[in-house]
Amino acid sequence: MSSFLKHPLTLRLLSVIIAAGAWEYLGRIPISPAFPTFLQTMSALGGMIADGSMVSVYPATFQPLLIGLIISSILGIACGVFMGLNAKAEWFGAPVFIVLQSAPLAALIPLLTFAYGIGLTSKILTVCIMSMPVIVLNAYSAVRHTPTSMIEMGRSYLGSSRQIILKIIIPAASPVIYAGLRLGAAMGFIGAILAELLITPTGIGDLITYNQSIAEYDKMYAAIFSIMAFAVIFIEILERTEYFFFRPDKRVTQ
Amino acid sequence: MSAVAEAVSTDKTDIAVSVNDVTKIYPGGVEALNDMTIQFPKGELTSLLGPSGCGKTTLLKIIAGLLEPTSGSVTVNGKNVTGPGKERAFVFQDFALMPWASVLRNAAFGLELQGVAKSERHAIAEKYIDAVGLKGYENLYPHELSGGMRQRVGLARALAVNAEVLLMDEPFSAVDEQTRRKFQEDLLTVVDDEQKTFIFVTHSIEEAVYVSQSIALLLPRPSRVSEIIRPDIRRDISPDAIRRDPVYLDIVERIWKGLRTYVE
Ligand SMILES: Nc1ncnc2c1ncn2[C@@H]1O[C@H](COP(=O)(O)OP(=O)(O)OP(=O)(O)O)[C@@H](O)[C@H]1O
Ligand SMILES: [Mg+2]
Repeated sequence: MSSFLKHPLTLRLLSVIIAAGAWEYLGRIPISPAFPTFLQTMSALGGMIADGSMVSVYPATFQPLLIGLIISSILGIACGVFMGLNAKAEWFGAPVFIVLQSAPLAALIPLLTFAYGIGLTSKILTVCIMSMPVIVLNAYSAVRHTPTSMIEMGRSYLGSSRQIILKIIIPAASPVIYAGLRLGAAMGFIGAILAELLITPTGIGDLITYNQSIAEYDKMYAAIFSIMAFAVIFIEILERTEYFFFRPDKRVTQ
Repeated sequence: MSAVAEAVSTDKTDIAVSVNDVTKIYPGGVEALNDMTIQFPKGELTSLLGPSGCGKTTLLKIIAGLLEPTSGSVTVNGKNVTGPGKERAFVFQDFALMPWASVLRNAAFGLELQGVAKSERHAIAEKYIDAVGLKGYENLYPHELSGGMRQRVGLARALAVNAEVLLMDEPFSAVDEQTRRKFQEDLLTVVDDEQKTFIFVTHSIEEAVYVSQSIALLLPRPSRVSEIIRPDIRRDISPDAIRRDPVYLDIVERIWKGLRTYVE
């Protein structure tokens, strides 16, 4: 029993139950006619899954999202690691990404559509500009903060630069790089939805705006809920892959 | 003062490491070493003993080839040091173990970097893990070990690459007094078993006298060698008897008097 109470899942379940309860309560007051209760939302969600109207929209959302995230992960980690290793690249790149991270990037979306039209390219780029800065900056600062004694160890045992980067710096930086990836993924989800709301209504963004326009608020919230659930699951999977690839020490104690 | 160092060491012909007129000024302007000259005889354990901040780690890193001296040179077996080398291995004060790697992989890491095949390097590492008393812990991760056990993994890693010169930076500072004594005895066995040269940094006078063939007393920063002492204590008696041996106690007292003038 006590091990059940101490299990991290118990705590998470508890916080989900509390949040759902609060939602149900607020929906029942009701704070606004446009705010359905938790149970109404869930039954709408069940209905939309059952009739296929939800499943059919997701490919359109996931396509730019996944392509964008893959591009910004690979490019972002490469940029960040390079900036962490190379003083010139740091001097050039760090200010750019620091500005990008704090700028309201959604304002750039009209520019993107002007340059690349309203197709897939603009949506992928929206995902990229949202998710890349945090990935770059995390990778960069993680590499910069590799313990010096660990690098000295690699040098004293005659590791080549390549070995020191691949066997010491990257694994040492991986927790912070992964933290950046998780934040970047969350930003990427925001980017994908923004693109669908601001560029052309497709996928889940279309489902949200459409249901809002016909005042089917329970369906609208179900759509929002579903994308949030996907984001959480996705980020959770990302965390597992870190343990699997880089940090077997954490996997053991899990 | 450095004349003393030379006078003592020239009667030993086999010199493994020789530090010649090394000066180190850090970029900030701190002069850590000033014209340091010292020789380390082959097959012996030499301790570097001196006040905190006097430049012991600096000297060790220069010998390791991790730091460049501002002027002067270091030779190992007659060859000039220009960077890290295969014949030298470092035991780090803060262990420098990789938290994501098991004890086995950490101990074998020097060999891994040299490109030794997995099965071979694991066999060698296992041998040294056993030698430092960690048999059975091969698959644990550093965070599952005590400080003293981690230190021994660092020692196993240094032994596994089979370097002739072992550079040890306060290797026993992270352990309690009982463990420390056990380590010192283990170290004496390792020194006897392996025909290697040990350069050993310590803060503890007793430890230096107990484990070393010779002790270099360093002056405060900018550091030079003030004196070299060869504590010819009896090794054929039990560790506890050594620690009560009047000769041992005399040497400890003498070093303490020598160092006290700087502390005051
Ligand atoms: N990277 C550095 N940059 C500037 N000064 C440094 C650097 N490393 C060490 N120093 C200075 O050089 C001096 C010698 O340092 P060092 O670490 O060699 O001393 P130490 O004898 O090992 O001391 P301890 O016994 O406390 O470990 C100190 O005064 C220190 O402040
Ligand atoms: Mg030191």
